[in-house]
Amino acid sequence: MTDLTKLTVAETLKGLKNKDFSSVELVKEYIAKMENNRALNAYVLETPDKALEQAKISDEKYKNGTNGALEGVPLGIKDLFCTKGIRTTACSHILDGFVPPYESTVTQKLLDAGASFLGKLNMDEFAMGGSNETSYYGPAVNPWSKDKKLVAGGSSGGSAAAVAANICAAATGTDTGGSIRQPSAFCGVTGIKPTYGRCSRYGIIAFASSLDQAGPIAKDVRDCAILLKAMAGHDAKDSTSAKVDVPDFEAFLGMDVKGMKIGIPAEYRPDGLNAEIAAVWDKGIEMLKARGAEIVDISLPHTKYALATYYIIAPAEASSNLARYDGLRYGLRVPGEHLDNMYINSRTEGFGKEVKRRIMIGTYVLSAGYYDAYYLKAQKVRRLIRDDFLRAFEKCDVILTPTAPTPAFPIGDKSMLENPINMYLNDVFTVSVSLAGLPAMSLPAGLSADGLPLGLQIIGKAFDEGSVFKAASALEEDVKFVRK
Amino acid sequence: MAIDTETVKRVAFLSRLKVDDDKIVETEQEFNKILGWVEQLNEVNTDNIEPLVSVNQTNLECRDDVVNDGEKAEAVLSNAPMQEFGYFVVPKVVE
Repeated sequence: MTDLTKLTVAETLKGLKNKDFSSVELVKEYIAKMENNRALNAYVLETPDKALEQAKISDEKYKNGTNGALEGVPLGIKDLFCTKGIRTTACSHILDGFVPPYESTVTQKLLDAGASFLGKLNMDEFAMGGSNETSYYGPAVNPWSKDKKLVAGGSSGGSAAAVAANICAAATGTDTGGSIRQPSAFCGVTGIKPTYGRCSRYGIIAFASSLDQAGPIAKDVRDCAILLKAMAGHDAKDSTSAKVDVPDFEAFLGMDVKGMKIGIPAEYRPDGLNAEIAAVWDKGIEMLKARGAEIVDISLPHTKYALATYYIIAPAEASSNLARYDGLRYGLRVPGEHLDNMYINSRTEGFGKEVKRRIMIGTYVLSAGYYDAYYLKAQKVRRLIRDDFLRAFEKCDVILTPTAPTPAFPIGDKSMLENPINMYLNDVFTVSVSLAGLPAMSLPAGLSADGLPLGLQIIGKAFDEGSVFKAASALEEDVKFVRK
Repeated sequence: MAIDTETVKRVAFLSRLKVDDDKIVETEQEFNKILGWVEQLNEVNTDNIEPLVSVNQTNLECRDDVVNDGEKAEAVLSNAPMQEFGYFVVPKVVE
């Protein structure tokens, strides 16, 4: 019998419809595989009983013809999404034992479409990190690791690792500065951060509200299209979710890219760019060119300021969002004599090092006397970064860049852990897109000499995920990346 | 704008976090490293540039001012570390 867990979502749906296998059989295979892969630390909570229960319902629905668009597809859910009755912690000690009494809109949509949930996936604490090492539950391990254990990337490290290891058919992720795209690149899978406002943020534990977006991490471009369609759409519960139609993203796959204008930003090729990354990028450019796409040189002059801008705005918003963890209403409570002591004790014990660092930086840049110098200044530069993209998109349809400056690095890398700025530099190719609110996909584009996946990023205009899918599917066809 | 020990303590209190005395200097150095790095933004001329608060082009809508949820005290309290008689329990605040 074939290994059902290696099937894509599209193939899984086909098999279920054809009655080649049942939802219950499928979920049982995933559960067994999930148990055998615990060393990856991809799941922080397994919910096999729940998944089986949902699979039984799916089999009924196939029988009576009421099956939804994702009926019977077993998914993994990033621990940032509130799931009703299922522990949700954002991989933070401060949310110990938190069981949401409500469901996030995105996961509700997936449930409504018939998906089943295998469990909650590991991530950096409150999505703050680029290696999954800030998780209270320890890092997820990259399935491509050889002699040394490598990071899965972050913050959606568990999601990318689980998809790569075939211990879920696909996963949800969230992306604030690169948290879907960078782990996707590190683990050789495909992930898209849609346009800001495309998916509802309701029920997603907030990190930086003006940047956070949900998106899928999946085995290929088609699966991303299928998943994103199910996840996206306006939601009255999130005033920033956009009132725009959700296109059938699958319709863009396989479209001819002849005449499509592909922008190549000069600023993404700094001196000292990793030679293997540069080579994969060049190969991608050649592939699209060979298909008749037009390669256009563009400039995004404020790129070098994007990281600094991000590391003011994101901590500022985080310090405000994380003020809610007070030890009173949910999560960890550490007693204190007075109210303030109780707050301080709970928060000091509950938050990890990186989260505390960002809360304090954020508090500082928002405090009286420094607000204008840091926060307001960063918001102004943010506009310049956004305007760079608006100008560039007058000349091109999509932009092609590398996703991350390096392949996956070892867990416990000293230079990253000792100097937070080195960790922040991982986001160098992804943060500008987040600040501008644009859609961007990472897809595997080759292997390094050490056999590690390297990703390319395709950036689109706001709400033009369609063009991203179109270019990505062409590239995917030519790259012929071999999944795990 | 280098920050000093006093500022670290003040920011920690505003954040309702405790920085142990033996970690103050380390935190101060780390802060100065990060703030020194973000100060590269001062190179950018932002005269007459409006701050970008949100990338959403549409104006935020107001919903109808009606009650559309509620009567969920049990659900609201279901995760409280301490509760009594349908209330959150807090340490004594008023003398």
